[in-house]
Formats: sequence, structure tokens, C-alpha cells
Amino acid sequence: MAIRVQSEDFDVAAETKALVAGNTNIGAVVTFTGLVREIAGGEAISAMTLEHYPDMTEAMLAKIEAQANDRWALDASLIIHRYGRLEPGEQIVLVITASPHRQAAFEAAEFLMDWLKTKAPFWKQEATVDGEKWVAAKASDDDATDRWTENFPESPAKIVVAKG
Amino acid sequence: MELLYFAWLREKVGIASESVPLPDGIADVGGLLTWMADRGPGYAEAMKDLSVVRVAVNQEFAHSTDPVKDGDEVAFFPPVTGG
Repeated sequence: MAIRVQSEDFDVAAETKALVAGNTNIGAVVTFTGLVREIAGGEAISAMTLEHYPDMTEAMLAKIEAQANDRWALDASLIIHRYGRLEPGEQIVLVITASPHRQAAFEAAEFLMDWLKTKAPFWKQEATVDGEKWVAAKASDDDATDRWTENFPESPAKIVVAKG
Repeated sequence: MELLYFAWLREKVGIASESVPLPDGIADVGGLLTWMADRGPGYAEAMKDLSVVRVAVNQEFAHSTDPVKDGDEVAFFPPVTGG
């Protein structure tokens, strides 16, 4: 179980190999890699800059990963999230989950991605021909996170909008 | 207390962080948000639409009724867009 927040790129094959090394109980490894797309919201982007809140990012990713490990019997897991300036085609995020059988690894990887999209304090700013634009959060990402809580009342409550 | 601002809230407020004493009569996140909006044009602009403002107290997501006290680290930011 590990999390890393870094500006450097990562090597999926090397990370996968290192994560499962020496554990022959593992029969299934799922990796998810998120990439920067050249089109965002119908508009061409030349780059994306990810800002984050370092102390809280580490705490939230550790919490999200602990939730996945409570819920599924995972032998190993890893989250790497990059920050800083990234260009189309570059890798942003890596999630690896490993378990004896595939179902737990598949489900946990999807859960980790859905949760980190709505709970980890990162903000994307896209560089377009019209200038720089902050990306707005998507309601569909909240919905994707909510589906994991429907049959799981022990989950932390959905983030509530702060009202003055 | 230490106040932190991220993404477009940081740009509107014009600074990334500041130390302020706990304002008189403020005891929760909701009160702090109301107080913030009165501090100047940048703050008012940043706090104009609270449906797109999230607050964390000591690195935990907070609700408007959660308490704040002197010494807390309170962060203001838009809904997150990582992943």
C-alpha cells in the first residue's frame, strides 16, 4: 500500500513489477493510467497544469487507499499522482491494485479512480488558444463516486457544499 | 489561524496564504465564509458563489457548521478536478 505525489513521470511496467515482487499469492494485477488529452471540453489544449494542496493530498490519498483495502482483499496497491505542467500524451495518474483473483483488483482500481477524482485536492488548469482556464468539476464524477456508497453505509459522507 | 487559497480562489484573493487572528464572534466555517466575503473586492469575488467553494479545516473537508478556532489551518478551494 503506497501513495506518491510527484512532478516526475512514472514507468508503469517498472512500478507494477516492483509492487508484486516476491508476493506469489497475487494472481491478478490491474493497472490504470490516466493521460492528458489534446482536446478538453471540445477545445484544443497545449498543456495542463495541476495544482494541489500537498499536506491534504497525501492525507486524502492515504485515506482513499485505506478504504479500498478495507473493502477488498488486496495484496498490494499503489497510487501515483503527478502535479505541475503536463502536455498532451503525458501520464497524470497511476493506480495499481493486486489481489489473488481479478474481481477485487478490477473493482478496487475503479473505486480508487472514482474516489480520487472527487476527494483528492488537485485542480487542473488548461492552456488553450484563448488563454488559461480552470477546469470545472463534473457532476458525472460525483455520480461515479456515489454509486460506491449506495450499499456501503460505513463510507464517509459525501462532501457537502459549504454554505455561508 | 492560517488561511490557504487554491486554484481560481487564490487568483481572485490575490495571495496563496495568510495568517490572521480568529475574527471576533466567528466560531464555524459558515461564519468564516461570511466574514471572508466582507474583507475586500477580491475576497467578495472569490466568495460570490459558495456552491463552488469547498473548505477544509486542518486538511479535512469541512461543512458550514464545523467549528473553527485560532491555530487552525483553513483552506478555500473550488471542487477538485484531479485524476
